[in-house]
Amino acid sequence: MTRENLMKGTTSQEDQWTVQNQCFRIYEIVYRLPPQAQSINFEVLRENHIEYLTESLKQLGRNFYVLDANRPWLCYWIIQSIALLGDCVDDKLENGLIDFLSRCQDQDGGYGGGPGQMPHLATTYAAVNALITVGGQNSLSSINREKLYNFLLRMKDASGGFRMHDGGEVDVRACYTAISVASVLNILDDRLIQNVGDYIVSCQTYEGGIAGEPCSEAHGGYTFCGLAAMVLINEADRLNLPELLNWVMFRQGIEGGFQGRTNKLVDGCYSFWQGAVAAIIQRLHVTVKKQLGLPDTFELDCSTESGNESSDDDGEEVSEGSSSPVDISEPTKGESLSTSAAMGLNNGYDFIKRPTGMKPLFNSMALQQYILLCTQEEAGFRDKPGKRRDHYHTCYVLSGLSVCQHCNKRDADSPPLSRDVMGPYSNLVEPVHPLHNIVLDKYYEAHMFFARA
Amino acid sequence: MKGEEERERIPIKERPEWADVRPVPQDDGPNPVVPIAYTDEFSETMDYFRAVYLADERSPRALHLTKEAILLNSGNYTVWQFRRRILDALNADLHEELQFLDQITRENAKNYQIWHHRRWLAEKLGEHVANKELEFTKEIFCKDPKNYHAWSHRQWVLQALGGWEGELAYCSELIKDDIFNNSAWNQRYFVVSKSPLLGGLEVMRDPEVAYAIEAILTKPENESPWRYLRGLHKNDGNSLANDPRVASVCLDVLAGKTDYVHALNMILDLLCHRHQPSKELKDAVDAVSPDPNLPDAGLAENVCSILKLVDPIRANYWEWRKSTVPAQD
Ligand SMILES: [Zn+2]
Repeated sequence: MTRENLMKGTTSQEDQWTVQNQCFRIYEIVYRLPPQAQSINFEVLRENHIEYLTESLKQLGRNFYVLDANRPWLCYWIIQSIALLGDCVDDKLENGLIDFLSRCQDQDGGYGGGPGQMPHLATTYAAVNALITVGGQNSLSSINREKLYNFLLRMKDASGGFRMHDGGEVDVRACYTAISVASVLNILDDRLIQNVGDYIVSCQTYEGGIAGEPCSEAHGGYTFCGLAAMVLINEADRLNLPELLNWVMFRQGIEGGFQGRTNKLVDGCYSFWQGAVAAIIQRLHVTVKKQLGLPDTFELDCSTESGNESSDDDGEEVSEGSSSPVDISEPTKGESLSTSAAMGLNNGYDFIKRPTGMKPLFNSMALQQYILLCTQEEAGFRDKPGKRRDHYHTCYVLSGLSVCQHCNKRDADSPPLSRDVMGPYSNLVEPVHPLHNIVLDKYYEAHMFFARA
Repeated sequence: MKGEEERERIPIKERPEWADVRPVPQDDGPNPVVPIAYTDEFSETMDYFRAVYLADERSPRALHLTKEAILLNSGNYTVWQFRRRILDALNADLHEELQFLDQITRENAKNYQIWHHRRWLAEKLGEHVANKELEFTKEIFCKDPKNYHAWSHRQWVLQALGGWEGELAYCSELIKDDIFNNSAWNQRYFVVSKSPLLGGLEVMRDPEVAYAIEAILTKPENESPWRYLRGLHKNDGNSLANDPRVASVCLDVLAGKTDYVHALNMILDLLCHRHQPSKELKDAVDAVSPDPNLPDAGLAENVCSILKLVDPIRANYWEWRKSTVPAQD
């Protein structure tokens, strides 16, 4: 009997104890099994997941009418999950995806939630990410970038933020989805960037995380959106990163998974939203160091491979937007903007190519354990024990698993060590670009394609 | 009444007032992906919706049709946006609209569209609905005290329409019900820093620090009041490190010998802000150390070492924090 069982708690505590006891019971049962039976529980049921996902692309039941205005999201969640599992769909389904999404594309730019629906930033993000994940000339060239750019400009709000659709809400999600698609399609410019950083900075709360709107509560989804957008526009240094880091670290709970907000319950989808925030900060070590007032030569991470820290710093400074490799002072905002624009704003690409300067600070193994034992179903993944699988959680749990498995690498393109992958090494899923949540190979293909375009 | 209406639904194609309209089927293509097995009712309603939407028909029958479509799927932002356009064009009774919205929000309070529509309505109706809106969100919080959309709406109402009078007391009430309700703590921070009646964060800092400390001493494992306490000193350089009550509450929690992770996290912050620790504080930290053989390092390093042991899920983070402790003077 734990102490908690004897006490009556508040609603938050009672809910928390119920969930943590459920998780602990699962861990207890699994760790009591003989070794062979135990190890089966840690396997990613790859074939089952792929079948569930592929079948869903072909047909969804009647209960899915509630997602009738989110069909590009369904496309993205499914195709991203399949890509993470190292697989792809046959030509017929690929062509089906390209054809269907082109029917969601508005004649004046952007994508709606289904054919004939108004263009919406979130479904535009989902459609663009899905098409990039499908890849290939037909898919990538189906995106009308000129009109998409005009749509993004139309969604720009006087506050500097973006609104989701004509007459829609302004929030950090809208900012991120607009900046993410503009960046990956190589149409990001000063007009789109103008003041968006001010809006996002105003959403960082006293807790350290980022809220959907100014003064709302710090939240994992918005924290990811805000931070990723700030990196893409090269203004991450305007956020208080040490406070953000402290907040996100405390979101990992006793069950091993992440919660979305302080004192809320663990949920598998935050494996990505919060896990990616932690992973992104690993590549911002120079900025973190500066904000802490530490000297530039300070060795932040005692366990990175020895070597030329100063050359790393130089390399990173270039990618963080400075004009010259010998100038390690932080560029002013104006300078960095004009320099970036001249370079074609490669922030997302430079970010992934720079070496990781910090070891992972969250507990990757505890999170992988939560993912494998508490969120995996026979096919598909769920929020937590007692909930049912869905495509959204399947996508973001697998994306979170990818962040865990690949977070201990110095260089994004090398494979992880087996000790960083919980369960058999065959559990390995593809690495993602953490700012866009697109499988890395597909991101590179799109980057090349749109750099030329 | 409503149930009866549902049971006796007449297909739109059989309704005389729609005889002149040709429904527009969804352009899904020959081999659609993620096709949804719509019911006949759903398909038909959306086919007629597309017809009026494409014709930009802002009529009473179109208004009624958007209602039917929303009742089938309240997440369809296109339907909502078109409904706003019709409401404007017809100069419709917006109080009636608010009632309709109350009804569907009670059924599904977690969707961006209904709350966005609510904000649009309340903005048009103006100050005299402030209290109604505050009461309505209160009703939502009875069932779901952490509803993110409802909290955003409430904050917007307060800032745009007013009604601040009872807000601090309301926060206290929610925190009393559930001291772990972080949304209520966030709202308290909002009120204390933004309410035109309270004089702002500077004025409120003193009593609020006392409030947070009381909450911390009740449940030291509760992260919310710790973050709140930090927030009260936000943007004021070293005021956190110089407020003797902060170090003192850490000391009190350490003396309890349990649930002191947040206290140590706070002490670490104090030290990073050049707080000069008392001997008492140093001794209290040593006293909770599970490892009697800590190397003879600075206090901040020791705090990190203890946290690494007592808060193992964040061991990597505490190790890193140790490496970033500023040099002691
Ligand atoms: Zn979730």
